[in-house]
Amino acid sequence: MMKKKYEMKVLSVEFIAKETIEMELYQPEVSKQTVPGQFLHLLVSGFTLRRPISIAKVDPQAGTVTILFKIVGDGTKALAAYQPGMTINVLGPNGNGFSIDDVKDGERVLLVGGGIGVPPIYHFAKRLSEKNVDLIAVLGFQSKDYVFYEEAFKEIAETYVVTNDGSYGYQGFVTHVFPEVGAFDQYFSCGPLPMLRAVTTELKDSKGKVSLEERMGCGVGACMACVLPTVDNSYKKICSDGPVFSAQEVIL
Amino acid sequence: MNLEVKLPGLTLKNPVMPASGCFGFGKEYSEFYDLSRLGAIMMKAATQFERFGNPTPRVAETSSGMLNAIGLQNPGVERIIADEVPRLAEYDMSIIANIAGSSLEEYIFVAEAFNQTKDVHALELNISCPNVKEGGIQFGTDPDMAKKVTAAVKEVSNLPLYVKLSPNVTNIVEMAKAVEEAGADGLSMINTLTGMKLHLPTGKPLIANQTGGLSGAAIKPIAIRMIYEVRQQVSIPIIGMGGISTAEDVLEFLQAGADAVAVGTANFQNPFACVDIIDALPETLTKYQYTSVQDVIDRRSVQV
Repeated sequence: MMKKKYEMKVLSVEFIAKETIEMELYQPEVSKQTVPGQFLHLLVSGFTLRRPISIAKVDPQAGTVTILFKIVGDGTKALAAYQPGMTINVLGPNGNGFSIDDVKDGERVLLVGGGIGVPPIYHFAKRLSEKNVDLIAVLGFQSKDYVFYEEAFKEIAETYVVTNDGSYGYQGFVTHVFPEVGAFDQYFSCGPLPMLRAVTTELKDSKGKVSLEERMGCGVGACMACVLPTVDNSYKKICSDGPVFSAQEVIL
Repeated sequence: MNLEVKLPGLTLKNPVMPASGCFGFGKEYSEFYDLSRLGAIMMKAATQFERFGNPTPRVAETSSGMLNAIGLQNPGVERIIADEVPRLAEYDMSIIANIAGSSLEEYIFVAEAFNQTKDVHALELNISCPNVKEGGIQFGTDPDMAKKVTAAVKEVSNLPLYVKLSPNVTNIVEMAKAVEEAGADGLSMINTLTGMKLHLPTGKPLIANQTGGLSGAAIKPIAIRMIYEVRQQVSIPIIGMGGISTAEDVLEFLQAGADAVAVGTANFQNPFACVDIIDALPETLTKYQYTSVQDVIDRRSVQV
């Protein structure tokens, strides 16, 4: 089947934390295809480059996809101004995503999300919670005002919240909580590059997967804007080979 | 409507092709539509050896455009000939190989390598990549150097040669005349304009390479002006590019002096950009009382 672009209808737009927007979109085909860890490549009216935005949850029955993004520049600011009833031109779902089959029944799984890297981790956690697995979630945010999805995580995982300034939960970085979480079989992490570097370094002896973000051009693997070197002296394209990679395979 | 254009080495069923570097080797976009719809493809630049390219970030949004500094990442000419060309040859379109280098020897090596395959119809000589220290820009900004590399590649290659000009020069007409004199069969213009964007929180360049090439709608008037100027002085065909995203843009490029066009940045915004333009072209030409693409070329006011 040929790939398409879609017009997705905005159902709701809501601030769920400081500078953080949760947006519900309607498009049944996209909703059905999406797996956790994939992203949508959104065309914001008036901008040249599409914006890769991560998916927080889908409801295939209702035909919806919920995306989450932080207002960091003009593009995301304009996106946040979209109103219910408007449509957004979308490519996707793009990328490989996390695989549910990587986790076996009975495993204890560590999930580490930082900031805007939390949504795909939540989507994955939600799917994993349908299996017989133990989930531990470590969520990092800049400060109290930025915290979101804590309650949702608590329903399905043993949850630790960390803020850089200590204004909520543990103080410091996500890695500071690792001594408390005990043994686990494997980990999955998504967040800013410095966090992923710290996580993969700290957990270098554990099996793990990381999901990366980068400024993208085409978002489909053609333009080579979002490449990442790999340990075998080659490279991977974050948009199409990833964004999820084995922690052992890529050089962060 | 007849959209056909005949250029040295190329019989194009329509004048639209994706620009080099904006379409990879076509594989990703073949998942969106049948590449046989295209007049041609300009492949991503080939160098002698594999190149990883620049550190990231490699792209940034700008007003009506974007900056990129990919750094000629490619698997090297031998692997392009072995893996990419045979796959593209399955489609009903012309194949143009973009060749890059950091020395005269490298350009010659890459140009010669493409003699091995029967499936490439023309070369595009990239003497204008602004993103690699030795990416050919020195050949693209000095008329004598441009002449030298054009003549050297013409001597070893069996294929028609289109020289891709840089807009980062004071006198584009002088560059165009120089490569025409050296035996170029055609021109492609324009490459990107060197630009920069700072990241306000740090005050440092946003792109890791510091500077990048500006493309997209923002550069279209510059491309039109340069093609218009060159068309009055140079008789070889021009493949025009720079901010094309609609059939109206294509008409404007043809009126300015181009004989075919390439679509670059627009592919990122709309993966169907090339086919959408091709589909809209007959109606657009009719609207402005043209009967074919060749009719635009024959009737334009700008002539040598």
